[in-house]
Amino acid sequence: MDENTKQCSVQSMAMSENSERVQHAQNAQNQAKRVLDIVSLYPNDMNIYGDWGNVLTLLRRAESYGYTPVLHEINQGDAWPEHVDLIVGGGGQDTGQSRIMDDLHARAAQIRKYAEDGVPMLMICGLYQLFGDFFETSTGERIAGIGVFPAQTYGKDLRLIGNITVHSNDFGDVVGYENHSGQTFLGHGVLPLGTVDREQMGNNAEDLQEGARYRNVIGTYLHGSILPKNPRVADFLLRQAAVHRYGEFVDYSSAEGRAYREYLDQTAERARKVAMSRPR
Amino acid sequence: MGTSGQVTSAKQQSQGNGNAEKQRTRRTFFSPFSVALGRSVRWASRLAHRGGSALPGAIVEKVDPGFLARTLAQIPLGVVLVSGTNGKTTTTRMIAHMFEDLGLRVFTNPTGSNFTRGVVSALVSSASLSGKIDADIAVLELDEAYAVHFVQQVRPRYSVLLNVLRDQLDRFGEIDTTASLLRAVAQHTSKTVVLNREDPRISALSAAVPSGCNVQYFGISEQLRTLFPTDDAMRNSSAENNVSENLPHALAVLETVGKHHATYLLDGKRFETDVKLEGVYNLYNAAAALALVTQVVRDVKSRSQQLIAGSGTKKTPANLERWQRLQRFSAVTKHDIVTAVSQVTPAFGRGETIDVDCTAVELVLVKNPMGFRMALASFDPHATDTMIAINDEYADGRDMSWLWDVDFDSLRDSGVAMVSGVRAWDMALRLGYEQVPVARVEENLQSALHEFLVESTGTTGTDESAGTDKSVAPDETAGTDARLESTEFGTNKTKRIYCTYTAMLALRSELGRITEVTDAGVGA
Repeated sequence: MDENTKQCSVQSMAMSENSERVQHAQNAQNQAKRVLDIVSLYPNDMNIYGDWGNVLTLLRRAESYGYTPVLHEINQGDAWPEHVDLIVGGGGQDTGQSRIMDDLHARAAQIRKYAEDGVPMLMICGLYQLFGDFFETSTGERIAGIGVFPAQTYGKDLRLIGNITVHSNDFGDVVGYENHSGQTFLGHGVLPLGTVDREQMGNNAEDLQEGARYRNVIGTYLHGSILPKNPRVADFLLRQAAVHRYGEFVDYSSAEGRAYREYLDQTAERARKVAMSRPR
Repeated sequence: MGTSGQVTSAKQQSQGNGNAEKQRTRRTFFSPFSVALGRSVRWASRLAHRGGSALPGAIVEKVDPGFLARTLAQIPLGVVLVSGTNGKTTTTRMIAHMFEDLGLRVFTNPTGSNFTRGVVSALVSSASLSGKIDADIAVLELDEAYAVHFVQQVRPRYSVLLNVLRDQLDRFGEIDTTASLLRAVAQHTSKTVVLNREDPRISALSAAVPSGCNVQYFGISEQLRTLFPTDDAMRNSSAENNVSENLPHALAVLETVGKHHATYLLDGKRFETDVKLEGVYNLYNAAAALALVTQVVRDVKSRSQQLIAGSGTKKTPANLERWQRLQRFSAVTKHDIVTAVSQVTPAFGRGETIDVDCTAVELVLVKNPMGFRMALASFDPHATDTMIAINDEYADGRDMSWLWDVDFDSLRDSGVAMVSGVRAWDMALRLGYEQVPVARVEENLQSALHEFLVESTGTTGTDESAGTDKSVAPDETAGTDARLESTEFGTNKTKRIYCTYTAMLALRSELGRITEVTDAGVGA
C-alpha cells in the first residue's frame, strides 16, 4: 500500500507545470460533460453470469441522468484510470478466480482505500467472497480475501441455487438468481443487503441474510443480472458515484432520457413481478 | 466379426475394472426376452397414453443391465458418440444422414432422447425379437452428464466433442465441470476422438485421450474465427485472446461461408459446395461431421480385408449384403463425403422452416449465449419479422443471466415485432437496454404466435394498425422515446422466431394446428 501511494505522489510531483495545466483544462472539460469513470473489474475472467448486464445498466442510466459514463475494463496488470467513481465486479469459474488472485491481492490496498473514500462498488458472487477475509474450501484450504469488509466464506457441498427475493430497507425487494456453494457469514461492522424468507438461500443456509453493505460497497450473490431488474440499486450506485466525483448528485435528465428510463423501469417492474412468481 | 472387435476393446477397458466389465455384458435369466419385454412395455404404455419413449428403456435396464452393451457390441463399425453443449442434435443427424447417403445402415437415437435410457428404448424398438440389430454403425447423441454414464457401460469407438459453453449452469454448476464430464468420454473412446480445435476446453482434452486412440480436429479458418469467440472471450470480441499460436492440423476446416454455400478444407484439399443448412454454426458443426466421416472411411479402408473376412464367416444373405455395403463404403472419396454433407437438411428447430399460408416461418432454437449469438450472426434480420420467445422451465434453464451475454445490436435497425414466453419481460428489458425497438410483448405463446403471424402477414388489420398501433410501452402511458418507436413491419416477409426449448415445443405444436408440421420425433 505504502509503495503504491508513494509511487503516485512521486508521479504527481514529477508532473510538469505544463501538463498540470492540460490536466486542469481536461478536468474542467470533464466537469462540463459530467464524466463518471466506471471500472469493470476483471471482465475477462470474472463475468460468468451476465455481469455485463450490470455494466450496461449503469452506462445507460448514467446517460439518461445527463452524465457521461466512461467505461474502463481492468484486467490483470492493467493500471487504474486516473479517476475511479464506481467499480463493478462479477463471478467466475474456479479457474478464472485463480487467474486473478495475485493481481487482486496486489490491488487490495488501493481497493480498500477506494472503499474507505466512499467509492460505490458492486461485487457479485466470486468477487463478493474475495472482498471478505477468506474463502475456506471444503478440504480446509484457506484462500485469503482482500478484507474490504469482515466476512468469511466456507465451501460446502450444498449448492444454494435458484430464484431469490431479498428484502432490503433501502431498496425494497431485490430480485435475482443465486448459484453458489460457498456460504458467507458476515462479521461485525458489516450489514447484510437484506433478508430472505427461507433458510437455504442467501449468504448461507442458516441466518436468512443476503449480501453485504459496507460504506458504499454492495456485495451480493444475486445475478440475473441484478441491476437491470433492480433499478433502485443501480441508481444508488450512480448517485454515490456522482457524490464521490462532484460532491452531489444532480438529475440532469433530458425529457428523452427521462422517458427512456421510465420505459426501462416499467419493463423492469413487469419482469420483477414474473421473477418473484417463478419456482425456486 | 462385430463381436470380436468389441471384445478386444472391452478387454482393454476391463483392466483394473474387471467386475464392472462382467456386469456390463452379463446375461441375466431375462436376457433372451429383453426386446420382447421392452416392446410389450412400450405397447402397454402407449395404450396408457404415456408417450412411452423412455419407460421400456427403464424396465429393460432394470431386468437386463447388460442389454445396452451386448446389443451395441454387434455393430461392426462400432459406436460414434456425439456430445457437447451446442449442436449435438444437428451434428448427430448430419453424421447419420451422411453415413446413410454413403450406403451404410445406421442406428441412431431419436431427437430428444439423448440419455442412456432413451438409447436403450430406441434399441428395443429397432432390434429383432432375438436382440439382433441390423446396423453397420451407431451414431448416438448424448447429453454431457449421460455421456459419462453411457461410456461406463459401452466404450464408443469414436467420439465427437463439440464445445463447452455456458448452458444450464444451474444443472452442472460450472463450465469446467462440464468439461470434466466430456473428459471422461475422451478417456473411454477406443479408436478416434474428434475435437473442436478452436474451443480451448475441448482441444485440451487431447491430453486425456488414452494411448492407442487417435485425436483428430475440426476447426475454422482464421477469417471466420472472430465470429466464434470462445465463451471466456465473449465480452471481448477481438480474436487475439482466443487464438493460440500453434494450432494443430485439423482434418476438416470451415474456410468460408456464403448463403447456402460453404468452402471446406478436407485433409488439406479445398472443396466448395452448396449446402441446405442454415446458419454459420451449423456449417461449423458440419466440419465436425466431415472430420468424423472421413476418419471412419479411412479406418474401413485400412481394415476392409479384415471386415470382409469377418462379415463373411457365415454366408447368410444378410452378411453378404453387409459385406457389399462395407466394400462400397471403403471406396468412398472425399468428394463423395462433401456431396453427402451438402444433402443434409436442418434438424427440427435448428433453422427449420415451416410454411404458413405461403409465408416462411423459421424456428431457431436458442439455449445459451453462444448459440444465440451465432444464430443472430447467421441470419439477416432485414426483410424479416423477428419474434423472440423465452421460457424458463427446467429444460430451458431457470437463470435469465444468459440473455445479458448476447449482443442484440444487430436487431437495432429492424426491431423486434414480438417478445413472448414466461420471461417475455426479462427479454424486453434486455432489448430495452440494448435500445432495440420492441413492438409488442405478449407472454402467452399461443396468442403471441397468432398475433405475430396475422399482423406481419397483413391478412387482417389495416395499414394503420401495422404501423402505429404497436405501442412499445409496458402499459398504455409510456413509450414516447423516439428510439423505441416501433419500426414498420411489412407484409409477407419471412418470419423468424428465436425460441428456447420449451417455447419451441409449444410454438411447434401451435403451428401444427394451423399447418402441416413434420413430426420430428420429439415425442414425450
